[in-house]
Amino acid sequence: MELARAYLDRIARHGAALNAFITVDPEKTLEQARRADERIARGEAQPLTGIPIAHKDLFCARGWKTTCGSRMLADWIAPYDAHVIESFDRAGAVLLGKANMDEFAMGSSNENSFFGPVKNPWDAAAVPGGSSGGSAAAVAARLAPAATGTDTGGSIRQPASFTGVTGLRPTYGRVSRYGMVAFASSLDQGGVLAASAHDCAMLLSVMAGFDARDSTCVDRPVDDYERGMRDGVRGMRLGIPKQYFTADLAADVAQPILGAIEQLKALGATVVEVDLPNQHLSVPVYYVIAPAEASSNLSRFDGVRYGHRAADYADLNEMYARTRAEGFGAEVKRRILIGTYVLSHGYYDAYYLQAQRLRRLIARDFSEAFKACDLIVGPAAPSVAYDLGSKATDPVQMYLDDLYTIPINLAGLPGMSIPCGFGAKGRPVGLQMVGNYWDEARMLAAAHAFQQATDWHTHTPPGFG
Amino acid sequence: MSWEIVIGLETHAQLATRSKIFSSAPTRFGAEPNTQASAVDLALPGTLPVLNRTAVEFAIRFGLAVGGEIAERSVFARKNYFYPDLPKGYQISQYERPVVAGGSLAILVGDEEKVVRLTRAHLEEDAGKSLHEDPRLRHSGAGFQGMTGIDLNRAGTPLLEIVSEPDMRSSAEAVAYAKALHALVRWIGICDGNMQEGSFRCDANVSVRRPGDALGTRCEIKNLNSFRFLQQAIDYEARRQVELIEDGGKVVQETRLFDPDRGETRPMRSKEDAHDYRYFPDPDLLPLEISPAWKEGVGAAMPRLPQALRSEYREAHGLSGYTSALLTESREKSEFFSALLAQGVPPTLAANWTTGEMSALLNDRGLDFAASPVAATQLARLLARIHDGTLSAKGAKEVLQAMAAGEGDADAIIERRGLRQISDAGALEGAVDSVLAANARQVEDYRAGKAKAFNSLVGQVMKATGGKANPGQVAEILKRKLG
Repeated sequence: MELARAYLDRIARHGAALNAFITVDPEKTLEQARRADERIARGEAQPLTGIPIAHKDLFCARGWKTTCGSRMLADWIAPYDAHVIESFDRAGAVLLGKANMDEFAMGSSNENSFFGPVKNPWDAAAVPGGSSGGSAAAVAARLAPAATGTDTGGSIRQPASFTGVTGLRPTYGRVSRYGMVAFASSLDQGGVLAASAHDCAMLLSVMAGFDARDSTCVDRPVDDYERGMRDGVRGMRLGIPKQYFTADLAADVAQPILGAIEQLKALGATVVEVDLPNQHLSVPVYYVIAPAEASSNLSRFDGVRYGHRAADYADLNEMYARTRAEGFGAEVKRRILIGTYVLSHGYYDAYYLQAQRLRRLIARDFSEAFKACDLIVGPAAPSVAYDLGSKATDPVQMYLDDLYTIPINLAGLPGMSIPCGFGAKGRPVGLQMVGNYWDEARMLAAAHAFQQATDWHTHTPPGFG
Repeated sequence: MSWEIVIGLETHAQLATRSKIFSSAPTRFGAEPNTQASAVDLALPGTLPVLNRTAVEFAIRFGLAVGGEIAERSVFARKNYFYPDLPKGYQISQYERPVVAGGSLAILVGDEEKVVRLTRAHLEEDAGKSLHEDPRLRHSGAGFQGMTGIDLNRAGTPLLEIVSEPDMRSSAEAVAYAKALHALVRWIGICDGNMQEGSFRCDANVSVRRPGDALGTRCEIKNLNSFRFLQQAIDYEARRQVELIEDGGKVVQETRLFDPDRGETRPMRSKEDAHDYRYFPDPDLLPLEISPAWKEGVGAAMPRLPQALRSEYREAHGLSGYTSALLTESREKSEFFSALLAQGVPPTLAANWTTGEMSALLNDRGLDFAASPVAATQLARLLARIHDGTLSAKGAKEVLQAMAAGEGDADAIIERRGLRQISDAGALEGAVDSVLAANARQVEDYRAGKAKAFNSLVGQVMKATGGKANPGQVAEILKRKLG
């Protein structure tokens, strides 16, 4: 209970300035913490019992508002628990609050939340990244020891990079999507943000595993991640895609990344160049597939059964139109429009089917690359966190910034971002590590070895020490 | 010059699974609104579909029964459109790769057998219902005050949509096809066939053309939930199209609704208003894979099919095509017939009683063979009494009625009611002698070659014995004595 209270106090002190949380409910949190204490007293504690965890506000938690950062669900209280919430419940973890996010996870800056943008704890003028921006900011500012996030095109790794925390997106199918409100079903995957790879390993152990309620969740044993971390990085072959260090990559990012690679080499890893020839197709492919799925996934928000409904309408069509016009923000509407367009009769083959074909090519590139290496390393984002508002008017530029993270989602691979230094204006830089399918353990081992040898992950933003 | 009507049917058969196709909610009909809908059926945010294996098994059964090809890999797709009783804003269906492709169904039109080809059969979920009056308030007359109620009990109920080729040429053929299909889905136990509850409903695609011409423009008539409506709707629609063309007009492709009260079809939406459903593979569901082993397992557990039984009835038992078809109208009926055979009843006698007296008896009571008040073993004992001459056909009908009324076993009823035929040769000889003595004229007529006189003499003996004489035996004795 002490721990929960301490974090609640920190949220009370800093939360408003950062806007990292949409819902905080100390009464509920402390009640859960009290039950955790009882469990500890009974000697039935597990490693996470009593640990407060913030959840991205698209995981349904019974009795909690689950808004998805949208006006559409601003007052919707989930009547059931997501698999992820259930898993943490069973482990005795405490729900600390619901973290802010880009509306329906659509965005890379957390400026698309109906509840306002989240500030980067390292610099209030900077964005925290997105869409799991609230989760990343909360962990960076030590308002929460750990947080869940989801990663559809980089939504865990990019904000982790921007805020200097460790973020992990597992292999597609490793963590059940049941109760995780969908953005793009074939790309969405729940994961975690925490202060270290070791913490991520503990959290992933709790979330991962088969759940029959998600047909895309894979029935496959979960590795012992903590044990795997002892293996270190010695002898590991790190693949560096020749497409990574180009003019698109800012120099202040390239330098810490290269430094981190040197550090890994010093720890016993070897480096090979790999080729991802179709990498450049990832962003356009993603911005066909993700909006296509989203346009359909978000159809259920029609004002009929739950969520926002327009106050005045003359007939059914007007009810739909006004409800959705009022309930969704600009970015969500943009993606619904794109998605509807690429699926429509006469365009489907040229856009959706073509994108699916290219998606297979992109995935094949990785399979080829992993024949020569164990992990692929590089930047998580082409720049450090940019200023709030600086890209808000140019969505295409913001989409292009996802070039390092998106290919991993298209291929369904696991990826991490770990802090590896600072760039311009003292803003953090993250090293992306990409593992082969189901190879989270090896990725965590390399990240852990790096963090044993460096202290980048221990830095806290000024004022949040 | 004559017109040819071309008809294809799309039939929705509700699969008789206990739970829904993508959720664990029950599929019970007639429950209080929204009490049979789970979080998945309500499409709450974050919920995901999980495929019901029994629904797949039922689709496999159907595919095997019609000789279709069961896809090793089929795909569920989303059909996107907005409607208040469609909770997700899309229906999960199968589009490009259905679970069953091809196959055919034999139908009987009059005495002629005709084969209707099937295009495909695919799995999909049903939508909910929009209620314009509150069923709970129906008796009070109150409604939703201009609002529409949504009942999601039916949402997610598994359907098998069965699409035929445009192989039918009359409403009678369409009805014969629908009936054969209805019988088949019940036969293989995948659908209860309850048309009133909407478990089996047809959409008819109708067009007309001059024989030999290319297919005409078709109209689709939606949601026909009785064989009679199907017939009426097709007849009306074909007439409408012919009149339209003969008056110099053109048929416009559209969806139409049948109004049973007025016996006519009327436009619902034209092709121009048709939705763009934006079909795409559902990323929440993996492709459906059906292994040869699964298919074989389902096949091994299938009952024998009507088609196979019909050939057996014709070839092994010498029954007519028509009788064989009647016997295989339902699985229960054919099982009843088989049970009679197993009790040693001769095939013709068993077939005649199954399709004749028994069917009439059940019809009168509004029952089917599954609920027959007379079991096949009971009937077999009755038929044995006909066979051994104890009972006349007429007497047997009386005994059947008494058995149906619960008066007990055939023999007991025969005794109680004194229906035993006189087969005692001595007693009959006496009766014949008296009749011959009293009817010298008829005897003369017969000997003069008037065959009719013989029947009259038989009738006299029957009359003299109060109808209890065995007519066959009487005829035999008469012949001998007159010989």
